[in-house]
Amino acid sequence: MSAAAEDTVTEAPAVEAVPKRAMTLGTGTSLVILAALLVTPVFVKNFVVFQMTMVMIYGIAVLALNILTGGSGQFSLGQSAFYALGAYTSAVLMENFNVNYALTLPIAGLVSFGAGYLFGKPALRLSGIYLALATFALAVAMPQLLKLHFLEHWTGGVQGLTVMKPDAPFGLPIGQDKWLYYFTLVIALAIYIGSINLLRSRSGRAFMSIRDNEIAASAMGVDVAQYKTLAFGVSAGITGIAGGLSAIVVAFVAPDSYTINLAIALFLGMVVGGVGWLPGSFVGAAFIIFVPNIAESISKGLSGAVFGVLLFLVIFLVPHGARQVAMLAQQMLGNLRKN
Amino acid sequence: MLATLRTAAISAAVGAFLCTSGPAFAQKKYDTGATDTEIKIGHIVPYSGPASAYGVIGKTEEAYFRMINENGGINGRKIKFISYDDAYSPPKAVEQVRRLVESDEVLLVFNALGTPSNTAIQKYLNAKKVPQLFVATGATKWNDPKHFPWTIGWQPSYQSEGRIYAKFLMKEKPDAKVAVLYQNDDFGKDYLKGLKDGLEGKASMIAAEASYEVSEPTIDSHVVKLKASGANVLISITTPKFAAQTIKKAAEIDWKALQIVANVSASVGSVLNPAGFENAQGLLSAAYAKDASDPQWQSDPGMQKFFAFLDKYYPEGDRLNSSVVYGYGAAQTLAKILEMCGDDLTRANIMKQAANLKDFTPDTLLPGVKINTSATDFAPIEQLQMMRFSGEKWDLFGEVISGELSH
Amino acid sequence: MELFTNQVLAGIATGAIYACMALAVVMIYQAIDHLNFAQGEMAMFSTFISWQLMQWGVPYWWSFILTLAISFAGGILIERLLFKPLAKAPVLTNVAGFIALFAIVNSVAGLIWDFTIKQYPTPFGSAPFLGSQLISTHQAGMIGVTLLMLVGLYLFFQFTRIGLAMRAAAALPESARLVGVNTSWMIALGWGMASAIGAVAGILIAPVVFLEPNMMGGVLVYGFAAAVLGGLSSPLGAVIGGFLVGVFENLAGTYIPGVGNELKLPIALALIITVLVFKPAGLFGRAIVKRV
Repeated sequence: MSAAAEDTVTEAPAVEAVPKRAMTLGTGTSLVILAALLVTPVFVKNFVVFQMTMVMIYGIAVLALNILTGGSGQFSLGQSAFYALGAYTSAVLMENFNVNYALTLPIAGLVSFGAGYLFGKPALRLSGIYLALATFALAVAMPQLLKLHFLEHWTGGVQGLTVMKPDAPFGLPIGQDKWLYYFTLVIALAIYIGSINLLRSRSGRAFMSIRDNEIAASAMGVDVAQYKTLAFGVSAGITGIAGGLSAIVVAFVAPDSYTINLAIALFLGMVVGGVGWLPGSFVGAAFIIFVPNIAESISKGLSGAVFGVLLFLVIFLVPHGARQVAMLAQQMLGNLRKN
Repeated sequence: MLATLRTAAISAAVGAFLCTSGPAFAQKKYDTGATDTEIKIGHIVPYSGPASAYGVIGKTEEAYFRMINENGGINGRKIKFISYDDAYSPPKAVEQVRRLVESDEVLLVFNALGTPSNTAIQKYLNAKKVPQLFVATGATKWNDPKHFPWTIGWQPSYQSEGRIYAKFLMKEKPDAKVAVLYQNDDFGKDYLKGLKDGLEGKASMIAAEASYEVSEPTIDSHVVKLKASGANVLISITTPKFAAQTIKKAAEIDWKALQIVANVSASVGSVLNPAGFENAQGLLSAAYAKDASDPQWQSDPGMQKFFAFLDKYYPEGDRLNSSVVYGYGAAQTLAKILEMCGDDLTRANIMKQAANLKDFTPDTLLPGVKINTSATDFAPIEQLQMMRFSGEKWDLFGEVISGELSH
Repeated sequence: MELFTNQVLAGIATGAIYACMALAVVMIYQAIDHLNFAQGEMAMFSTFISWQLMQWGVPYWWSFILTLAISFAGGILIERLLFKPLAKAPVLTNVAGFIALFAIVNSVAGLIWDFTIKQYPTPFGSAPFLGSQLISTHQAGMIGVTLLMLVGLYLFFQFTRIGLAMRAAAALPESARLVGVNTSWMIALGWGMASAIGAVAGILIAPVVFLEPNMMGGVLVYGFAAAVLGGLSSPLGAVIGGFLVGVFENLAGTYIPGVGNELKLPIALALIITVLVFKPAGLFGRAIVKRV
């Protein structure tokens, strides 16, 4: 095995091509779901409202990963790092500098965008498994960076920071949970629509051309380096906003909240939701929140094993995730209409 | 204990009888989660994820309440113990605690594990006025009845244990050069603070410090570095796996320092035996509970009860595991509180009784260690006794010391 | 100066652990062309099997051989049952499968054997090696076994028909099939071998870190890092990578003032990434040229 010998590989793209129309839901379906999301909190307990809020927050983070992986074909196991960065930015601004919680979100997004963009620069040279390792390293390092003793004054070190949970503004007669639910819903919606438009734009087409064939893309005049780092930045920025939201909703940040397990959970969310299918991100987020609860109710001692088995069942039945289910449903509907 | 339970059961039965015959008898007061027949207890512990080793605590407590129920419950009421997994993740702990309070409607949340998770749920529980009883962490901040009247600790605080070692060193080895190895998290930092506070003006005794992450496979490098500092005392603020590695490594590199190991890692069966008894001779630590794997307690009446419990209700429980002893003691303390509450099962009364323990001694605590609480003292166990390892068991020495922190 | 030598020696001793794991990582990469996140857990499970055999009274070396056989068969079984059906699924779905396997193995081991740490015997003893107190005979033995496995793997991949066929099957599955290689079974075989090598790694690592279900969590991160640093296609690179990571990390922890001790892993990882930026295929890996 001499180092000089070079392997030639015709590599199938790691991420299969998803046409951009297939990345979204039809308008009708979308409106029905939105209406359901708007009215549900009125009928359920606050605890469920909180869970739904968390689903949306994780959903935003999974969506961000989906833009990176499903959109531009780059793989990341380090999303928890950007999520943590966003969460800490929001928490530190709120607690130490008394910034209004809503204003901290764009700042969290910007900070994470910057970090992602900078990280994307060296990561440009890496692809596939090497990129996975680099991002993985970032995720492993993040909790340790947050604990650093000279940041302790702001971050609270190993103890973390407790954040004031905001009340509804203008004296609106709704509780904190419901208010944060609608607040999150608006942001999730904005990010979702923004992301769809991004992928349909010139930049989005550039992302996808890189995903499908980098060399061909560059031959067609796409500035591959620029768009790849941009994808990293955008994805990190959105993840940061999700992190900031989570800091507000959970009202607490600590290094233990953002371990590699979070990055793995977000990754699983993307796979289960369907790589490249944006609405699937929210299905995936529901999976990573609810399935561990189901696993635990089946067996306490073996909850990890039950979770693993359920995950295997899902990927055996639908290797392409929720996207596959949605497509099947669409086909069946189509058939029904024809008959 | 069993005798009191039996009397309690009888009086409860009599009470129930009287109740049905005369409506004016006994005032029963309930908050959400308690009824004539049932008390719902919420609990959170990592059953999965990196800290899943602590899941044993939840299983022990579940078994303990099963025993109570089979013996007639507490004042005639059965305990419904609802335990959820938070995988040691604070956001998940918040979700689970809300599930317990809002969906399962428990009376109180008991013995939730970990400083980060408890910090994450503390504000919520205090705002909702739900008791956060006997949290399973040794951070000092749980003893703060003024700001958090609904939160109370259980085990001795890490800081007070650190102070006890400092006091010991200043008295016995005033010219010691101390090296400290600590885990880089709330547990390690709190200990270190206690140690430094205890050394007061003599913090210069600490010649070297090194911290490690739980994700590190071995701590060899740190031990080598600490040895190079020329220290003759090594304080090992470590969790069991790393404590065993440290004891073994120090022996391997022939570092003959006096080693003090944190109480969490003082188990004969699950730390010192794997590390090798020959490497652990002369080791120091402090304890508040009996070690089930230590031969000296095999015929102790309290531990006999504990072993009988294990045999009958939790046969798969590993008696070498100190978490089992821990869960038993904590569960017994809760049972005591609920018994004291009688028919007034309001959340306010639970806190009142929890702050009203006088010289209570669970079966598993060391002789002389007693639980005392008051309206201004929310730190139930505050006493420890120093011990030295010799042969295959710990020898307790000196007096039972109170590590009470004077604020 | 003494501290420096000591840290380098301690780094080499720890590096041997990483090198061992990295070899298993390279093995699976050669067979399936990606990394198996459950590899560490499989190695841990194998180690528990051998521990259990010894508890039942089987002598050390017999339990060693039996464990290797069981692990080999187990690896093949896992591939046939769980991953062959996923062969046509996207790569990322396979990665999710590894994560699921990780969760299952870890949780089952915890249920069977509990989470208290267990002492694991070593055939080499733990006396100081050649008078140096920093490397014990066990660690020297571990380095020896790692090197033996390295030579074995090199010969296997370079000179045996099966080894060559396996490389072909991983690198160019379609061309390999055309020349008559049964690629599907090559993958299964790769799983079996990786699992057996993992078992050796686990058995060698356990006496140092103590046996418990989470013992490989940290080791696997370093194993990946070592394998990637050395180049995923080169067993020699993986072993050298392992030692380098071990030494890097110790020196960073000892000599970088202020943050060194707190951040020794992140610093080591940052160094690796820097190396990768300049040598994207690792120190000893072959550069991959993409054909359009």
